[in-house]
Amino acid sequence: MNIKPNAYETIVGLEIHVELGTFSKMFCRCKNPTLADKPNTNTCPVCLGLPGALPYTNQQAIESCVKIALALNCEINNSSFFERKNYFYPDLAKGFQTSQYLHPFGEKGYLDIQVPVILGTRQLAETPESKNDPGQARINEASAKRARMTKMINKRVGITRVHMEEDTGKLMHSTVDGKEVSLIDFNRSGVPLVEIVTEPDIRSGEEAKIFLTELQKIIRYLGVSDADMEKGHMRLEPNISLRVVGEAELPPYKVEVKNINSFRFVEKAIKFEEIRHKELLDKGEIPVQETRGWNEFKNKTVSQRSKEEAHDYRYFPEPDIPPIEFSDEQIKKIKESIPELPSIRVQRFEVDYGIKQYDAQILTKEKSLADYFEQAVEIGKEHKVNPQKIAGFIINKKINIDQVLPATLIKEILEASSMESINEDKLQNAIKQVLGENSQAVTDYKLGKTQVVGFLMGMVKRTLPEAKNNDQIREKVIEMLE
Amino acid sequence: MKIDVKKIAKLSKLTLTASEEKEFGGQLNNIVEYIEKLNAIDTKGIEPTAQVTGLKNVTRNDNYTDDMLTQEQALSGDKNVHNGLFVVDKLVDTNK
Amino acid sequence: MDITNFTISDILNGYKEKKFSVGEIIKFYLERIDKLNPELNAFVTIDENAIKNAKDLDNSLARKRFNSQPLFGIPLGIKDMFLTKDVRTTAGSKVLENYIPPYSATAVTKLIDAGAISLGKLNCDAWAHGSSGENSDFGNTLNPWNKDYVPGGSSSGSAVSVAASLVPFATGTDTGGSIRLPASFTNTVGLKPTYGLVSRYGVIAMASSLDSIGHFTKTVEDSATILNVTAGADGYDSTVAKREKENYLKDLNKDIKGLKIGVPKEYVTNALDKDTKQVFEKSIKTLGDLGAEVIEVSLPNTDYAIATYYIIQPSEVSSNLARYDGIRFGNDRSYFGKEAKRRIMLGTFTLSSGYYDAYYKKAMQVRTLIIKDFTDVFSKVDALVAPVSPTPAWKFGSKNDPLQMYLSDALTVPVNLAGIPAISVPAGFSENKLPIGIQFIGPHFSEKLLFQIGSSFEKKTEHYKQTPLLR
Repeated sequence: MNIKPNAYETIVGLEIHVELGTFSKMFCRCKNPTLADKPNTNTCPVCLGLPGALPYTNQQAIESCVKIALALNCEINNSSFFERKNYFYPDLAKGFQTSQYLHPFGEKGYLDIQVPVILGTRQLAETPESKNDPGQARINEASAKRARMTKMINKRVGITRVHMEEDTGKLMHSTVDGKEVSLIDFNRSGVPLVEIVTEPDIRSGEEAKIFLTELQKIIRYLGVSDADMEKGHMRLEPNISLRVVGEAELPPYKVEVKNINSFRFVEKAIKFEEIRHKELLDKGEIPVQETRGWNEFKNKTVSQRSKEEAHDYRYFPEPDIPPIEFSDEQIKKIKESIPELPSIRVQRFEVDYGIKQYDAQILTKEKSLADYFEQAVEIGKEHKVNPQKIAGFIINKKINIDQVLPATLIKEILEASSMESINEDKLQNAIKQVLGENSQAVTDYKLGKTQVVGFLMGMVKRTLPEAKNNDQIREKVIEMLE
Repeated sequence: MKIDVKKIAKLSKLTLTASEEKEFGGQLNNIVEYIEKLNAIDTKGIEPTAQVTGLKNVTRNDNYTDDMLTQEQALSGDKNVHNGLFVVDKLVDTNK
Repeated sequence: MDITNFTISDILNGYKEKKFSVGEIIKFYLERIDKLNPELNAFVTIDENAIKNAKDLDNSLARKRFNSQPLFGIPLGIKDMFLTKDVRTTAGSKVLENYIPPYSATAVTKLIDAGAISLGKLNCDAWAHGSSGENSDFGNTLNPWNKDYVPGGSSSGSAVSVAASLVPFATGTDTGGSIRLPASFTNTVGLKPTYGLVSRYGVIAMASSLDSIGHFTKTVEDSATILNVTAGADGYDSTVAKREKENYLKDLNKDIKGLKIGVPKEYVTNALDKDTKQVFEKSIKTLGDLGAEVIEVSLPNTDYAIATYYIIQPSEVSSNLARYDGIRFGNDRSYFGKEAKRRIMLGTFTLSSGYYDAYYKKAMQVRTLIIKDFTDVFSKVDALVAPVSPTPAWKFGSKNDPLQMYLSDALTVPVNLAGIPAISVPAGFSENKLPIGIQFIGPHFSEKLLFQIGSSFEKKTEHYKQTPLLR
């Protein structure tokens, strides 16, 4: 078989659903539920889809959606409306999802991410044995990775749209009375959900993961959602296809992997699909356009063809919700409420504070940590503590920012530094005095009794209480003894 | 325009008998033929009306109520419940 | 004491003068229901708490609320499209045969809070789909004026319950004529308020952009009394306008001298049956006698209203009925009757991929033109007068073709498409003694004006005083 390595290029677009952390649901006054709530205790006629119930829009939710759209550099539609997306599924209470189709709140945006490019790979020798030994092959693969030389470059991922919709109920699968069934909890039904769709600009599982990590950071910075993967706040759907390198057209198919709940699984699913598609394409087949699911126990995607019918969502304007309009003034106001985003902050930390890029990246992972660092820098200024020292201290000592106030932190840094640097002349004078007063000890030392150093250090400290740095004192005492 | 009754019934989640299919097919095609009289009007450039109130931006503040349905009330319409959950026939489970 | 044909104000006056107690009134109506309903089939569910609720109002402390509750002790019938907490609500369909809602519609809550006492739930075409009342899964409701004839739909039970004095007033819904048509077939007053004046919350949705929540009474005054209670925002229906509260009783006794009332020529065509035309012409003359200036006007797109309506309405129906999947409540979708299935499929088709622009979008554009017709005409006249139906009630089973049935709404649907108010008032009878109504139509939120015109007309003609002979 003639397989050319790197003959294909992976094309990935992402669909991301983010549950907003509002107090109430999207179209009703139900409490936004927590996972601790008992099933079906967080519902009302609206989100349970009872007859006669009508939606009433949550203002905070739509502003949060616009915030996300603005943070992703989208154009905001001044005039928009909700639409009904009609389909049947047992977890969809109303038989339609209230969503946006024609005029999403935001469209045509982008997000810049830093992705590694491979400058070259050191080729490792491959023995015939190792080729057939999967264990050995894995080791070789790992070594190859280590041998790669990479550089980070800026990459712009297009954002197609950012729109507002509502979550569905939650399905579980179980056996009841010996029968396999599905169970539904409608607590989650009607929770505000923002859907973010990217252009097919992503080229690997690794890039997808980098994109998602940056997006998660942004959402947390905006304070619109905890974006906690474990709690299902972010749900991910990569659309994957492969094309021959050099082709410009999008492939004539794509495979959607639904509802993945971790960045790692997205990366794995993309890698799994890359291999699967490659095998099919090499045989001259085009992979079936379908929806697949990620099986986290078997580490593979599985076809959900049974669900795959020609979708016809029959969108039409939601008659129960008046249109939503944003004036330029309002959009400006929302824009102004957006905090400095992590990528900008990294740059500013490097330039303004002169700290290392690596440290800046760690410090900006969470907005609260970055804020803490800046507060500490401000206080540190008065005491002439340089920012890199503060950055290093926070990172190396793994400071718990919820327990140590910035002012306390600076005090700790100052104390630690005072140990390091006591005036050399002062110390020298003190040691001179101590050695003069303890001639017996000096003699003992010269006879080889090095343990007297400890005694002498104690005497120095008594004479000069501000001397705290034992290393410094020991060094000086020994130097002067000799 | 001829309606594909089978396809539309499926999209509507309705199960029709063969005689219903035939009956509805004829009736629906008659109705569609009638509503196509709108084709006589030139609507180029005319704004569609989805709502008649002229209202805009009718929203509420993000406050929640404690006055939600109890679990018992939420489940009261269904006989097939288990541990506080609605029970339906088995659906696709990707982790199986 | 014969209290048949009592109006709401008659009953309130009786309470005031201590002629009878609330218990006595409720007992009278319940007995009448007992006697007449088995044949008329207006009620599908009787509220078992009615007698107890009446007793509660009769204690001396509750009596003090007489002055603050505008509907103190007034019996009420509720169309079975309105949810009533703990009382079965069926929408006239087997799908909801055993459905007990956990909450009540805003309109119901407002009426009960105003002192009204529900006697039960009223029959209607399943899901309010129908012009004759023949689509109910709980059997036909008979027209008390002639039991071989349809009462009109979809609010068939509501119209009949008021016409037969089973209750002095009843709620209804009007999506394409479902209040006005049965009102005109039963010699009752039917109000279809402006879209967005009365909350739809808790009323089973038929077509959301068209549904209007109204009521049936014997007189125009009673109609205004009820609207005073039901109108206004509730914070649960975001299409209800937040407006200053009006007193709809205020202009009832004002004359209509000098008012300009238009007659849309497209409504008075050869399609009108002879009796209907005669009654209508006589009514125009009466309006002239009352001092109004009656002039001919034109609503040029009237002929497209039914086609427009039968795209928009089924489209919304198909979506609104999607929640009835038998999972959380009710029976599964196989329980839908034929008319619901037809409309669901029609709407699914007109919204489906590839056809949306040709049907749904086109209909929304024509809707704009129909609205403009009304806007233009209301710059020339204060209100319009028109027949409600091209014919009086027809015999059961005589309209078998769905399209022919749809066309009977030709004179009522334009009002719904425009979202404007209209009131149907009794205007006379056909040769074979079937009631014929006329409708007054006004611009958005002109209910007070419509009550003024309707009341003048009613006082002059007094058709409401005629009652069907019932044994």
